[in-house]
Amino acid sequence: MNGELLAEVEQFLFHEARLLDCLQFNEWAALFTEDGRYEVPPTNLPAADPQTALFLINDDRFRLGERAKRLTKRSAHAEFPASRTCRLVTNVTAQETPGGPIEAGCNFVLYRARFGRMDIFPGHSDYRLRREGAIRIEFKRATLALDTLRPHGKVSLIL
Amino acid sequence: VGITPVPSRADAMSNRTGPLDGLISDDRERGVFRVNRRVFVDEEIFALERERIFDKVWLYIGHSSEIPRPGDFVRRQVAGRPLILVRDRQGTVRVLVNSCTHRGALVCKEAAGNTKFFQCTYHGWVYDTAGALVDIPSREAMSPDCNADGALNLRAVPRCEEFRGFIFVCFSKDTGGLEDYLAGAKEYLSYIADMGELGMEVVKGAEEYCIPSNWKLMQENSVDAYHATTTHQSYNEYLVARDGAKPFFDPNLNFGRVRHLGNGHAVSESIDGVPWGRPYARWIPGWGEEARLEIEAIERRIIERVGPERARVICRGDRNMVIFPNLAVHDIMGITIRNLLPQSAGAHDINSWALAPIGESEASRQRRLRNYVEFLGPAGMATPDDTEMLELCQRGYANNVADQWNDVSRGMRKPRDQIKKSDELQMRSFWRRWYQLMSSADIEVDGP
Repeated sequence: MNGELLAEVEQFLFHEARLLDCLQFNEWAALFTEDGRYEVPPTNLPAADPQTALFLINDDRFRLGERAKRLTKRSAHAEFPASRTCRLVTNVTAQETPGGPIEAGCNFVLYRARFGRMDIFPGHSDYRLRREGAIRIEFKRATLALDTLRPHGKVSLIL
Repeated sequence: VGITPVPSRADAMSNRTGPLDGLISDDRERGVFRVNRRVFVDEEIFALERERIFDKVWLYIGHSSEIPRPGDFVRRQVAGRPLILVRDRQGTVRVLVNSCTHRGALVCKEAAGNTKFFQCTYHGWVYDTAGALVDIPSREAMSPDCNADGALNLRAVPRCEEFRGFIFVCFSKDTGGLEDYLAGAKEYLSYIADMGELGMEVVKGAEEYCIPSNWKLMQENSVDAYHATTTHQSYNEYLVARDGAKPFFDPNLNFGRVRHLGNGHAVSESIDGVPWGRPYARWIPGWGEEARLEIEAIERRIIERVGPERARVICRGDRNMVIFPNLAVHDIMGITIRNLLPQSAGAHDINSWALAPIGESEASRQRRLRNYVEFLGPAGMATPDDTEMLELCQRGYANNVADQWNDVSRGMRKPRDQIKKSDELQMRSFWRRWYQLMSSADIEVDGP
């Protein structure tokens, strides 16, 4: 693996995690390309295809932008007052084909504290990144390493 | 109806009619209907619900499309019991108790699959898909006729019946048949079943989540249009951003109607008037012109098949339906089968699935799946806000609940034909049925 590329991708993923932990949701959405997509497969079928299975999240660029915008509002009740979150990003991999996208992956653990309760969301994310000046996200798929959303109950924040 | 309030838990408990007296105040003259908050927090009441409701009535377990071939099975929990819903090798749908007759271990650990046998992994006893015990390792140590009476076969749930693909079980031998039980809900399940020319199927990918609230709050929420203005304000704003739709959550929600469907089931329904699209078949601008042609063609085919009147309901109607006690089937921006699994007075699990027409085009299926999760599900733009509200209610009930009441009176003094979606008739029929089963009181469920 190319060490320079790996360091660059790591820094990018750390930046993404930091934006989300700091509630900079619109800035997070701005990391995506114009045709960017964000998806989260169902917990009981982690390898599912969004064309044929019901996903937890299946967002095109418009909807991920609106999802982000919504989280900045008081009326996004499940996240107001906002959860305090801490995202750990690790086990990063990255591979680039000349002129093509960067295929990257990482493990994550997202700790969410709210209303006196702690929820832990472990998982793996796959990314397809593009260089448009800066690195941008063309595709992100966050697969939870949970078999049900219990006790979490909801994925009201961004993984 | 003489269900009178009592001022405190102590008084209620000392009353000779027992812990249920005074839980519901149904004052039809004044038009005031109240539910004592003890029904959401009292573990004694929770235990009685298991015995007097869940052990007596028909309960949803699964959809026939989940087990289309002989040997197909899904592992389920109904009323706290681990069960297996299986199509046996002869094609008969059976519901088996998921517990080895030898020592009791679960014999089925996988969530779903296809099999010839269920083998207990503890001592190796083997059952066929009809539940018959077909092998005991080193059988010679058992008496030769040890299963002559079939007592060592997997237990089956006494009753299992299907209505248009929806499979229910009943743990009581004394309850009438499923169709009688479903009553008016059959009409509404049929609208859904008639949507697909080739039938309907559960889509792969389940929503398995939980809410730290009493299960009955979710059933109220399922047919509550009144909350939409505030709870779903941000979803509404999303629709405005996407389609330029007019904000539709008019606080008066002066459209549609609610109906009591018998046995505590109820529906809230309307034709058009809401801004989301329906894959079968109501187009919205956000789907683009190409989709418009396909959706109009889908509607035309449904009109040809079932006639214009029925097609209008199927294609243009939106329906939220509660099937008492713990099932909701909503046909809105998607079709959801939502099954509640009460865990304690203050917590319930939810399993829900999307239902879709068999054989629909790839484009339509994608539209359906994307549309569904826009609002619905634990990561949708609306359902998490619903669960937040239920959690807030449950937290609020930690106050002294004995003399604290929920008000469920909206529309109580309106003539029946003027009751709208934002009224609460549909919840009162749920509560009256709940009280009737819990107390054996002789009350009219279909009241105002």
